[in-house]
Amino acid sequence: MSQWLAMGGYGAYVWASFALTAAGLVWMSLAASRARRNWFRNEDEDQ
Amino acid sequence: MWTWFHRLASPPSFFRFADRLAPWVGGLGFVLLAIGWTWGLVYAPPDYQQGDAFRIIYVHVPAAALSLGLYTGMAIAGACALIWRMKLAEVVMLAMAPVGMVLTAVTLLTGMLWGKPMWGAWWVWDARLTAELVLLFLFLGVIVLGDAIEDPRRSARAAAWIAVVGIVNVPIVKFSVNWWNSLHQGATVLSFGKPAITVDMAIPLYICLLATALLAAHAVLRRAQVRLLQREARTQWVKALRAQELGALP
Repeated sequence: MSQWLAMGGYGAYVWASFALTAAGLVWMSLAASRARRNWFRNEDEDQ
Repeated sequence: MWTWFHRLASPPSFFRFADRLAPWVGGLGFVLLAIGWTWGLVYAPPDYQQGDAFRIIYVHVPAAALSLGLYTGMAIAGACALIWRMKLAEVVMLAMAPVGMVLTAVTLLTGMLWGKPMWGAWWVWDARLTAELVLLFLFLGVIVLGDAIEDPRRSARAAAWIAVVGIVNVPIVKFSVNWWNSLHQGATVLSFGKPAITVDMAIPLYICLLATALLAAHAVLRRAQVRLLQREARTQWVKALRAQELGALP
């Protein structure tokens, strides 16, 4: 397991890349869905 | 077929179409991403030259391919907005820009994380890297200009000009490794006819590519919906939808 995590000495680069991409993709999807939901809520408050 | 397209171009039809499609596209995207990443990180063999560092390909290449794909889509939508003054084309173009910008930033950052162990440098002013950085600024330009003018239609048309003119950068990014001496490696996967990696490395890559495309499509659909709601806030269909949605919200 620790050998796999080490990624042949490139672990820091590999895991940082995947973590960064995961953060980007999750934010991209969730922010878009949340924006749609929030629009109705905010519009309701503005009325 | 044309009738279907024509109907889809109307804001309420597009909104309902996006509402039906988005959850499936997003859900499938996350499932495929989990499969592709597990396959790529656990089961794909290490590269004979780059070792396990090559696994960065599973995040870097899909983000890079999608950044170019989204820019091309944005430029086509921009052209439709300029030529036919289609409201939906303006909305889709502006929805694509932040998604493309995120994927371009991911491309650049994961590329740096690949470059450091392989080239010994986080960044070099190489043609491919520089052109990708220009792509990031083009996306940023469309985002900024898209909301810069009070009249949303004038603002969108100004942004469309950047999108259309900037398309010249897409072939530069794609073919820079062929046109100039570059530190960046040539096309390995997306070269037509002869991919330069083995099947057991390529299959998870194609899965990751599809997953990223689906997640990008999901984000574009949702962002386009919000843009439509903002623009059509005073129309009857949005008022009816708002009443319906607020009844359903917790």
